[in-house]
Amino acid sequence: MEKLIEQFSFGLFFWQILIFVLLVLVLRKYAWKPILNAVNEREEGIKSALESAEQARKEMENLQADNQQLLKEARAERESMLKEAREIKEKMIADAKGQAQEEADKMIRQAQATIQSEKQAAVSQLKKEVASLSIEIAEKVVKEELSSKDKQLKLVDDMLNDVKLN
Amino acid sequence: MHRFLSHYYLSDMRRDFIEKILVLMLIFAPMMTWAQHELTETEAGSEQQKEGIQGFIEHHLQDSHYFTLTEDEESGSHIGIPLPVILWDNGVKVFSASEFHHGETVAEVDGEYYALYHNKIYKTDAEGTMNFDEDHHPTNVKPLDFSITKNVVTMLLVSILMFILFRGLAKSYSSGPMPRGMGRFFEPLVVFVRDEIAIPNIGEKHYKKYMSFLLTIFFFIWFLNLLGMTPLGVNVTGNIAVTFGLALLTFLITTFTANKNYWGHIFWMPGVPKLMRIVLAPIEVLGMFIKPFSLMIRLYANMTAGHVVLMSIIGLMFLFKNWIGSTLSFGLAFALSILELLVAALQAYIFTMLSALYFGMAKEEHDDH
Repeated sequence: MEKLIEQFSFGLFFWQILIFVLLVLVLRKYAWKPILNAVNEREEGIKSALESAEQARKEMENLQADNQQLLKEARAERESMLKEAREIKEKMIADAKGQAQEEADKMIRQAQATIQSEKQAAVSQLKKEVASLSIEIAEKVVKEELSSKDKQLKLVDDMLNDVKLN
Repeated sequence: MHRFLSHYYLSDMRRDFIEKILVLMLIFAPMMTWAQHELTETEAGSEQQKEGIQGFIEHHLQDSHYFTLTEDEESGSHIGIPLPVILWDNGVKVFSASEFHHGETVAEVDGEYYALYHNKIYKTDAEGTMNFDEDHHPTNVKPLDFSITKNVVTMLLVSILMFILFRGLAKSYSSGPMPRGMGRFFEPLVVFVRDEIAIPNIGEKHYKKYMSFLLTIFFFIWFLNLLGMTPLGVNVTGNIAVTFGLALLTFLITTFTANKNYWGHIFWMPGVPKLMRIVLAPIEVLGMFIKPFSLMIRLYANMTAGHVVLMSIIGLMFLFKNWIGSTLSFGLAFALSILELLVAALQAYIFTMLSALYFGMAKEEHDDH
């Protein structure tokens, strides 16, 4: 220890402090600050580049998810549209069928009614014809038959009976 | 930490290499003792040489007024640069260290005489008389010595080197986000100091204002440690005045940036009984000074020890004077040099790390723990 103190040189200590403090100050201004700033800047740059890459990746993912969603929705829509169309078609067919049936029924009914009325008309016509024919026949018969009183009477009776039968 | 080690040094290949050298040493150990026996025969000559080596090591560890590249004791020739001497002795006295002629002559400046004795400058008379006390310490007056010594020159060189390197790194960012050239190597170290030393110890919130000091001290100590490994023979970080200065700065920054919580922990420790607080206060105050003191001693002792051991082993090469011993000493010196390279980085790391830790304590906030 004594030797150490004896060796201690104040002059060297003085120069050492002076040189070192000056070196710190000079290097701080001309070296350390620019170096650390540049390193920091670079690191920030790398960090932000990585972050933006990550951001882009996420956005891409989101976009893809969106696309997927859209596609899914479109598919669902198509599906529902198809379904609806099918339903409409079926309904239309069913409706058409029903309508046709109804129409047919109506036509049949009309036809039947027409037939009925035609028949009615025909029957009444026929009745008229028959009646007139009968009258004609009766006239002729009467003309012939009514030559004698008996025959006339008998004919009347017969004819009346016939009419009743009809 | 581990990452740091593996980066710098302990790759498997190198570890294998060191293991091989150690095994070789074990094999040759008996021969070494034989070599030492042989040594006793020429003891008289080698004793002198031993002292010479010891003196050389001691001389090397100290600061000097010459930037000596090489010297020859026998012929007394020196190759190196004499540095300026600046003395404060009733006014500033500046002269070249060459006037001392390596301690052989007295320098005369403005009618005052100065002598160089064991690298220290003493006031003396025209004949260069030195007075000693019973412990053989000189009693002559020592003027305040502000000389630009070898260590000061080395620190200036390292400062210039650091400025060029890191200014270059800072400028290289203007041409793009990646550094170029040497910056490729130094930028990860700067980031290491920030991410592994500053942020974990000080915290995200306050670390920025300590960064300049931490970065400067890390590279300053590391470069000086590495320069100590070169044949220039400088030993700056193994000088107590230098480590004292560095530790003092850490102490001052810690003390002057400390928040209320830090002082609260020192003088009135929360969470312990009142009596204990009174007992703890002086211990904590002592701790304030012991922390930077340990920084100073750790760096000084590690670097000095490294230099002493390495130089002793290199000295052994010359003492053995036979091919086995000298070769082994060379191998050992080589292995130790690699170890010292690690220590150079490690000590810089530890000093910076602990400084950051103390700054972190000074800035710790109450809800942090």
